[in-house]
Amino acid sequence: MSGYWAGILTILAINIIFAYGIFLPVATGQLNLGGAGFQAIGAYGAAFMSASFGLPVPITIGVGMAIAGITGFLIAFPLLRTRGVYLVLATFAFAEVIGGLILNSDTFGGAMGLSVPAFIDWHVAVAAAAVVTVFVFYIMSTRFGLTMRAAHDDEVVTDLMGVNVRYVQVAAFAIGGALAGLAGGLYAHSFNYVEIQSFNALVSIYVLLYVLLGGTQTAWGPLAGATFFTLLPEALRTILPALKSALYGLAGVEGAIDAPDDSWRFVILGALTIAMMVFRPEGLITRTMIERLSFRRSSKGKGALA
Amino acid sequence: MLLIQQLLNGVMLGSVYVTVAVAFTLTIGVLNFLNFTIPTLFMLAGMIGWALAYWGLPFELSGPLPWPLALLFGILASIVASLIVERFTFRYLKTKYGDSTEHAIPLVSSLGFLLVLENLVRIGYGTDAQRFPGPSADLTMNLGGIFIRIPQLVSLFLVILIVVGLTWLLKQSRIGRGLRAIAENPDAANILGVDTRRVVPIVFMLTGLLCGLAGALFAVNYGEVSPQMGEDIGTKAIAGMVVGGLGSIWGAVLGGLIVGLIEMMTIHFFGADTVQVAVWGLLLLTLFVRPQGLFGHNSIGKGKL
Repeated sequence: MSGYWAGILTILAINIIFAYGIFLPVATGQLNLGGAGFQAIGAYGAAFMSASFGLPVPITIGVGMAIAGITGFLIAFPLLRTRGVYLVLATFAFAEVIGGLILNSDTFGGAMGLSVPAFIDWHVAVAAAAVVTVFVFYIMSTRFGLTMRAAHDDEVVTDLMGVNVRYVQVAAFAIGGALAGLAGGLYAHSFNYVEIQSFNALVSIYVLLYVLLGGTQTAWGPLAGATFFTLLPEALRTILPALKSALYGLAGVEGAIDAPDDSWRFVILGALTIAMMVFRPEGLITRTMIERLSFRRSSKGKGALA
Repeated sequence: MLLIQQLLNGVMLGSVYVTVAVAFTLTIGVLNFLNFTIPTLFMLAGMIGWALAYWGLPFELSGPLPWPLALLFGILASIVASLIVERFTFRYLKTKYGDSTEHAIPLVSSLGFLLVLENLVRIGYGTDAQRFPGPSADLTMNLGGIFIRIPQLVSLFLVILIVVGLTWLLKQSRIGRGLRAIAENPDAANILGVDTRRVVPIVFMLTGLLCGLAGALFAVNYGEVSPQMGEDIGTKAIAGMVVGGLGSIWGAVLGGLIVGLIEMMTIHFFGADTVQVAVWGLLLLTLFVRPQGLFGHNSIGKGKL
């Protein structure tokens, strides 16, 4: 396999894990716009353990993941006192504070970043993504997953039904934080270098968009969203120049044509976001769609709904 | 003396934050909508103003325009962009299921618009920072060793004027009553004869006007524009708005000034790298300790719309 595809698969695997980390809080109704903060914690935790103590990779990633998870657990208590727009702002602020702290810390290399000695192959990231995917599918099928969905749909009624909503939300935040940390640790070891600029606010925005556009009702959503939006830029890298030369050919322009600007990919991502929110705000993949595709909906249920 | 100069610079920087923060607080107060296109609208006025002053109108219709006229067109562009945003984000907010992440729909589309507009500007004008040909930098007053730049003073005055005007509009005028009624309860406002579809675009026009004005003032006072200029100012304006309290105009004014002062003081005492921690730490602390901010109301931003 060529290095190009290995790189894409690694990024894809990391993005899927990261998306699941954001999906869990979102699936309980908590928009998390601070994903980059959790990812940075995991990445820097792993990088620091690897660079300073030379620990083996599973331990460094495990430590990064644990720190991110514990941070998620601890930050969830004050974070979940806020709701709606306030929660979005608070998670956003959390990521900025984490970024600022790392930028100012000499231990973590400040703006210079840290280089990570141990390298992992793309197989590791892909295997981790597979395990995480199965894990999240399992969670969503348990009673805990059911209470998550219930808390998302109506917090008050869920509470009245005797579910400890706060407990579910905190757990979702902690597990989500740990998963985002895992994505960060894998990132650190796959690219052998971490710098805080690569965990900026746009990263948080992108990953939240993956989750929301993929759909938050089932565990298929983040998988589809992350896959689609990771592969789309790569596909556009080849499609856009071809499209541009075709258009110029139609318009009768002669001579060499420059490659189109790289920014067009983000314009397309943004435009797709707007279009999705207009036509299908619940995300690409919904519960109904899964049920239809797998023929699980009974005819009796259908009749009752109609 | 240096400290006083820095305090003054903080107020001047704060006045830019104030204008953007008022735009944020207006959309959140009336529509319960965190409009993430605001940083882009701010950038749009500056960049289009620069392009017109540097190149002139597109298709070689004219030579380079004088900078005040160019900025006027820049502000107009950000108002138009804001109305386009309204057409595609807010008008499609339909509560279909009423679940807890549904209020995020316009927020997410506004993130989409942020990507589209910012990257279109990048494609059109490049990613580099550009020098804005404003009034010359030596228009300064020297008050016993403290330097005040005249354009900054004029901007400060303009900002105060705009905020007072906006308060009057909201308190006294028919439009303002309609806006406040929508903020209280959109459905009841509709029943009682407020034409939501005519009044809501006014919020977006005001947003475009405020952001455009802030972008133009920034271009004149700091002499530099870039496609990224909105990100830093916009996020700090959000911090200012939260500190002041969501939905409160005078809160946004105070919060914007506080953030400007804190930024200058942190730079003065600790260096530029710590600004991020100070500003966002303040925001996080505000959210945890007093989420309603200094002047805000409890009900706003809880997904009540």
